[in-house]
Amino acid sequence: MPDSAQTEVTGDVKTRIAVGRKGGMFDGYAHIAGVFDEMRAPNGDARPHFETLLSELDALGGEEIQRRRDSCEQIIHEQGITYTVYGDASGTERPWRLDPIPLVIAPQEWRGVEKALVQRATLINRILADCYGKQDLIRTAWLPPAHVFAQPDFLRPVHGLKPPGDTFLHFYAADLARSPDGRWWVISDRTQIPTGAGYALANRLVTSRIFPEAFRSCNVQRVAGFFREMQESLAALATRKTDNPRVVVLTPGAYNETYFEQTYLARYLGYTLVEGQDLTVRDDRVFLKTIGGLENVDVILRRVDDDFCDPLELRNNSMLGVPGLIEAARAGNVAIANALGSGLLQSPAFKSFLPGLCRHELGEELLMPSVATWWCGQKNAEKYVLSHLDELTVKPAFRSQQRMDSETLSNDELRARIRFQPHLWVAQEKVELSTAPSWDGSGLVAKRTVMRVYLVATPTGYKVMPGGLARTAFGGEARLISMQHGGASKDTWVLSDKPVQEVTLLQGGGRNVELRRVGNNLPSRLADNFCWLGRYAERLDATARLLRSALIRFNPERGGGRMPHLMPFLQVLERQGQLSLKDTDYARNTEALEAELLAMIFDLKRTDSLSHIAGRLERLAMAVRDRTSNDVWRVLSQLDECLAPAGDGRPFLAADAIPVLNRLLLLIASFYGLARENMTRAQGWRFIDIGQRIERSMYLCGLLDSALRSPEADNPSVLEALLEYADSTLTYRSRYSLVPNIAAVYDLVILDGTNPRSLLFQLLQLEKHFDRLPQESRTALPSPGQREIIKMVARVRLLDPRELFHSEGPWHEGETGRVIREVEASLPRLSDAIAVNYFAHSAISRAGT
Amino acid sequence: MDYRITHRTIYDYSEAVTVSHHAARLMPMENAAQQVSDTSLSVFPTPAVRKESSDYFGNKVCSFAIQEIHRHFEVVARSKVTVNVTTTPVLTLSPAWEKVVASFRDPVSPADVAPYEFCMESPLIRLMPAYADFARVSFPAGKSLLTGAQDLMRRIHEEFRYDSVATTVATPIEEVWEHRDGVCQDFAHVAISALRSLGLPARYVSGYLRTHPAPGKTRLVGADASHAWFSVYCPVNGWVDFDPTNSIIPSDEHITVAIGRDFSDVSPLSGILTGGGEHDVRVSVDVEPLG
Repeated sequence: MPDSAQTEVTGDVKTRIAVGRKGGMFDGYAHIAGVFDEMRAPNGDARPHFETLLSELDALGGEEIQRRRDSCEQIIHEQGITYTVYGDASGTERPWRLDPIPLVIAPQEWRGVEKALVQRATLINRILADCYGKQDLIRTAWLPPAHVFAQPDFLRPVHGLKPPGDTFLHFYAADLARSPDGRWWVISDRTQIPTGAGYALANRLVTSRIFPEAFRSCNVQRVAGFFREMQESLAALATRKTDNPRVVVLTPGAYNETYFEQTYLARYLGYTLVEGQDLTVRDDRVFLKTIGGLENVDVILRRVDDDFCDPLELRNNSMLGVPGLIEAARAGNVAIANALGSGLLQSPAFKSFLPGLCRHELGEELLMPSVATWWCGQKNAEKYVLSHLDELTVKPAFRSQQRMDSETLSNDELRARIRFQPHLWVAQEKVELSTAPSWDGSGLVAKRTVMRVYLVATPTGYKVMPGGLARTAFGGEARLISMQHGGASKDTWVLSDKPVQEVTLLQGGGRNVELRRVGNNLPSRLADNFCWLGRYAERLDATARLLRSALIRFNPERGGGRMPHLMPFLQVLERQGQLSLKDTDYARNTEALEAELLAMIFDLKRTDSLSHIAGRLERLAMAVRDRTSNDVWRVLSQLDECLAPAGDGRPFLAADAIPVLNRLLLLIASFYGLARENMTRAQGWRFIDIGQRIERSMYLCGLLDSALRSPEADNPSVLEALLEYADSTLTYRSRYSLVPNIAAVYDLVILDGTNPRSLLFQLLQLEKHFDRLPQESRTALPSPGQREIIKMVARVRLLDPRELFHSEGPWHEGETGRVIREVEASLPRLSDAIAVNYFAHSAISRAGT
Repeated sequence: MDYRITHRTIYDYSEAVTVSHHAARLMPMENAAQQVSDTSLSVFPTPAVRKESSDYFGNKVCSFAIQEIHRHFEVVARSKVTVNVTTTPVLTLSPAWEKVVASFRDPVSPADVAPYEFCMESPLIRLMPAYADFARVSFPAGKSLLTGAQDLMRRIHEEFRYDSVATTVATPIEEVWEHRDGVCQDFAHVAISALRSLGLPARYVSGYLRTHPAPGKTRLVGADASHAWFSVYCPVNGWVDFDPTNSIIPSDEHITVAIGRDFSDVSPLSGILTGGGEHDVRVSVDVEPLG
């Protein structure tokens, strides 16, 4: 050891540490004077609990850390870890920002945090139970009545509703900050929907992957056990006697800021992710609408704000809720976590009353203070706030029905507002946040940091996740920390002084598991999404193929007479509403045609351009995110990049587009491949395939009919183009002479059941799928959908394409043309029949007098 | 005075409704001033689930769910109500309004917690300094609370125009204040927002009003309507009703159905349907004086 070694006292454990680390990451780590730094002690040394991490980082070196940070971004991108930013013009989703350097917390310090937060959660739950029950706290003046009655978050319809086990607060999160004296303070309580536990989990999985050495040597407590507690605690809420209670995650939908987290948690915990319209209340019980019928729901883990949860008794304009839910909860048939109404305690106005309430309710001193808060509803507090406006942060005391943007008001306006309705305002001390090391590309820099810690209610009291979501400010000095405002997050490593046990959710929990071949039934809305996923994937594929064929033929080198060969492709696109041939004479104006074809590939704003379809496909993939593999997601998320126009602004030529289309077609092929090989052949896959087959048949019929209408329908070049579109050139060549014959080509692309791109093949697949759908075999006679398919298959099978060879034209007037048009007309009816039987989740409407 | 009240609501839907959930607040409440008997609430199609309870404000509420596919829905509420003649309190003897305001500022005594709930903004009520200014004309310094409330009622009756097409149930209160027209529901909301902006507790009352046929004409059956007015809390007299639409203090010709912070708490019949498409609604009310 160098010349100076000294003892530092941290909590009650004495640790010998080396001072003055030389070289290495710690050197040059700048700190802000007067601010607590998580890594650097006031005497300039590294804090002992950061030592192991620092040595590991030193061993890796700056370049290697930077390389790993890049791979961290790569993982985030591939796993599709995103965060939705409201009102962002560049699209709503942003990749999750993760700083690779974890926040490290010493074990003895964590025990203090744990104890304080368990106390706080217990207290908050007691207060909630009183506010929604006897309201003794108000009657005995421990709590001002405004805290309950003036809050829009006090939900009167659930007053008197006792949740199972009197637990209102199943999940709780607290945002903690550390003041310059080293104490932790609660800066906000999250009691409504404590978000971010899923992101904390994702951060852990990514960080431990990029720093496996450091993760091992630091002896970090695992967070998986917390999620296991969560599963057990939710399962225990079910009142129905069943071994396998159904827990669903109720999401506001794919546009919610934390939608990724919801899908991530649902998957990790093994729950069905549902939207309000997926659920229905019958006989005071909650059911999930699935393609097989209604299924019982026992527990709802809600990510929808409580006042949106039941449009009948709460906000009647809510489209996110389930009508009748409160009545079902009153009847004790469904448990909701957190209980409806729990948002009440999120108000900062409670903070100044917690110490008193803690003594009154628990007979204990509040262990962790809240940020100093003045509620203006009290005369003295109002007076203090009005005379100290500049030193304080003034904000609305309660979530308001009106917008109260205190930051944009002048002090005079603010004073007037406070005087008019003082109980609606609180003021808080401006918090001096601590700093923690963060990676800036070449070294460690100090950034302002807060930490969100999560708790779950269990039958033996609240349990704390040993870890949490640390967040850092965008700039070094900024006090505003928000993922909405450009901050980053980091993993929190709580060190253990005991050996760490591995926990995984995949264990069977020591119980016998009943083996199953079929998973939980697919929700109707998801089946609908899967079907559209298949349809859009195929639309992308078909459009790309048509455009590729058109662009190849557009090549001037192929010389005269090219328009007739190009026309069938353009006409199909016109039939599908993707292109208009009326306005421009493309035969004469090839420049306009080239521009049009390129716009159909790259122009995002144009409906049904490839970029546009790709966008819809990604959104659909997002909506079925919890039911598809990461690989599928990875492939689909590459579509965007593939279709991004070259950024250098130089004119893009038709010839440049062909490699783009080739790459796109490969991506779609790998999507199909993954869907086919990796999704168990359960209903989800079946609906993707149904969508794909229907769409493929539509485009194929369109192309064949357009081609038959061409005056040169039997021209070998036109026939070659058909073979190329249908990926059947090689098959054709292996069977026939080199010059295509019209009857043989149409036979191959319509009737050959062994050709996976033929029309008959699509119809036979559809027939197979239909026979396996849950509601088709309920009656003796074929269902309307089955009838359509049987008719189509019979018509195609009985077709003799040799008539085309003998015809002189117009070819489309023959039997082949008729059959193609009949099938084309029948396909939408088939699609409707599926929708009626499986996707019918008719819109909710309201009525009232 | 005794009345037989029939309140019929009929919905016709353009598309089938597969399931619907409803809450009806159609049964008149019982209190010191009125007794209710012979009540019935019939619903067609017959609900699969039906429950009667009392809500947060003590109103009778019947919640029910219809689970059979239907295009036609009908609710008929019938009751017999006896309304006692109440003697209007001596308005000038009520306390000065400032004193009442003061008792609802920090600290609020636990005894005043119940009316305190009606001092705040609520889903349809906004508080504004401008509304307080309007109210202050009726409430000069030292004015007794109920005299002020009566004057406020009179001014709303005079300064706001009754117009049955100017507003809908969804018209925000700010617009009613701006255009100064509307129906009974709007006038009640205006009075409530003005009183609460001053710091006074005020609540919404829904019910019916006896109508008198024109001289020489017979009473038209089913031509009555729901009515609404407001009530002010007086520490001495309790809640005292005022009807700004007619500028009268209700006695035995007003029948109370429900009370709440504003209309959203007492909506007579609300429902959330799955399916249904467009709907057509017909409501008829009959307030028949007996004997």
